[in-house]
Amino acid sequence: MRYSGFRVITQGLFGNAGWKPAWRDPAPKAEYDAVIIGGGGHGLATAYYLAKNHGLTNIAVLEKGYLGSGNIGRNTTIVRANYFLPGNSEFYSHSLKLWEGLEADLNYNVMHSQRGLINLFHSDGQRDAFARRGNAMLNQGDDAVLLDREGVRELLPYLDYENTRFPIYGGLLHPRGGTARHDAVAWGYARAADQRGVDLIQNCEVTGIDIVDGRVTGVQTTRGAIRAKKVGMVAAGRSGQVAAMAGLRLPIESHVLQAFVTEGLKPVIDHVISFGMGHFYISQSDKGGLVFGGDLDFYASYAARGNLPMVEHVMEAGMTLMPMIGRARVLRSWGGIMDMTPDGSPIIDKTPIEGLFLDAGWNYGGFKAVPASGYSMAHLMATGESHPVAAKFGLNRFATGHLLDEEGTGSQHNLH
Amino acid sequence: MRLTCPLCGPRDRREFYYYGAAEYLNRPAPDAAPEAWDDHLHNRDNPAGLVQDLWYHEQGCCSWLKVTRNTVTHEIVTVEPVAGGAA
Ligand SMILES: Cc1cc2nc3c(=O)[nH]c(=O)nc-3n(C[C@H](O)[C@H](O)[C@H](O)COP(=O)(O)OP(=O)(O)OC[C@H]3O[C@@H](n4cnc5c(N)ncnc54)[C@H](O)[C@@H]3O)c2cc1C
Ligand SMILES: [Zn+2]
Repeated sequence: MRYSGFRVITQGLFGNAGWKPAWRDPAPKAEYDAVIIGGGGHGLATAYYLAKNHGLTNIAVLEKGYLGSGNIGRNTTIVRANYFLPGNSEFYSHSLKLWEGLEADLNYNVMHSQRGLINLFHSDGQRDAFARRGNAMLNQGDDAVLLDREGVRELLPYLDYENTRFPIYGGLLHPRGGTARHDAVAWGYARAADQRGVDLIQNCEVTGIDIVDGRVTGVQTTRGAIRAKKVGMVAAGRSGQVAAMAGLRLPIESHVLQAFVTEGLKPVIDHVISFGMGHFYISQSDKGGLVFGGDLDFYASYAARGNLPMVEHVMEAGMTLMPMIGRARVLRSWGGIMDMTPDGSPIIDKTPIEGLFLDAGWNYGGFKAVPASGYSMAHLMATGESHPVAAKFGLNRFATGHLLDEEGTGSQHNLH
Repeated sequence: MRLTCPLCGPRDRREFYYYGAAEYLNRPAPDAAPEAWDDHLHNRDNPAGLVQDLWYHEQGCCSWLKVTRNTVTHEIVTVEPVAGGAA
């Protein structure tokens, strides 16, 4: 069923009785050409592009819970292409272009809103670093505007400009940055993949990866064995455990990242604002809730909840930056498991096992990456070659020293 | 979350700095093969359950501590000093 404004109106006139489930609920077949482990944003996008770009439709996505039950439905929805390093820069630029055509491509409203993202800076040195980053973004063909203090004040008059510890010197505006509805991205990719024949299999946990003579032959699951010559591991925070089933040890440590949302308020924050020095960022959802977060809790964790010190820290940073939000009441907070790599950049690569591919290490920034990651992972699984925009995301770059340390913080997993 | 420092007693998580897996203690020899260094610095077992990791009592006695914890429940099982052979 194609979605359109016309259909919304006619369905409304006839009691909305004609809507159909957005995807099938098939039982797993005994064999597929390829299976993808993990039904989050990246897994669903990989399946969609395998079908759309490479004509591979006898494939399945295996999800241990329900579609979108992982980080794809837990993130703070920021979409941006403001990276600096070659390798990251072209990848996120490609992703943003895919975002810009995504709703038409999927026939699904993912509520992509390019409301502009502003990264604040608070010293001369930081201004230089952001000017340089802005130039790198322009060189990549994306957009960036360096704002001085008055330029920021015009857009964000409600910030505290009297703060003496972190005085606002200005900000780097990325006009095409913004947000999207996270669940809708999972649902849109799921529906579009299903329409092209992909089997989306829920409540199906992969419990083993079958390997014969160095080649993958299929997977064991809670819904039986499934044969496949190609297997993609796309399990985000659980990547280490999935890879361990194939005897691989990954450069990943899993950490918890928290986020918060307030009660719905009238429109008050028009942009995405990032206050890096305070470890705080914020935007307002279309429903009116202020959506905000900060840094990792900093210790390795698989709990989808964090601890109170980080809650306090984030609240303090928010109050420091914009005291006006102090009367808003927090409705909910939650946590998600982040697959942290030692350089803060992801991995999209083959593994030493033939037919087994890896897409992981998304740190806290994998939502904006969903389209390009699916696109590149599909390319890799279909052709055996890395897509040019993801060519630097190799698994062995840690051994060879070709790191992509965007923040320049060294090899400690939690510092990215 | 509280950690019971062997020297200072039970203290709030905020007093401690988390460094990473206790594997950092098994430093390869300076002339070890590059693969050994790669493995040491980057690769992790990353289990969901019991782990051993290194914490530094930054706002207390400044000891390095080896902590056995559960990454799923956040329960702290044991805290031992790294110095003095307990590691
Ligand atoms: C609080 C928070 C805020 C964030 N904010 C942003 C942001 O603003 N912008 C941004 O770009 N990114 C953000 N991120 C990061 C982003 O959400 C993740 O990097 C991204 O969603 C991870 O990829 P995914 O969607 O495929 O993961 P997931 O949705 O977690 O998908 C992985 C799936 O694999 C499944 N799985 C695991 N093991 C198995 C198994 N054995 N068998 C079958 N299935 C399995 C899981 O159930 C899960 O559904 C944030 C994350 C968090 C937690
Ligand atoms: Zn102490």
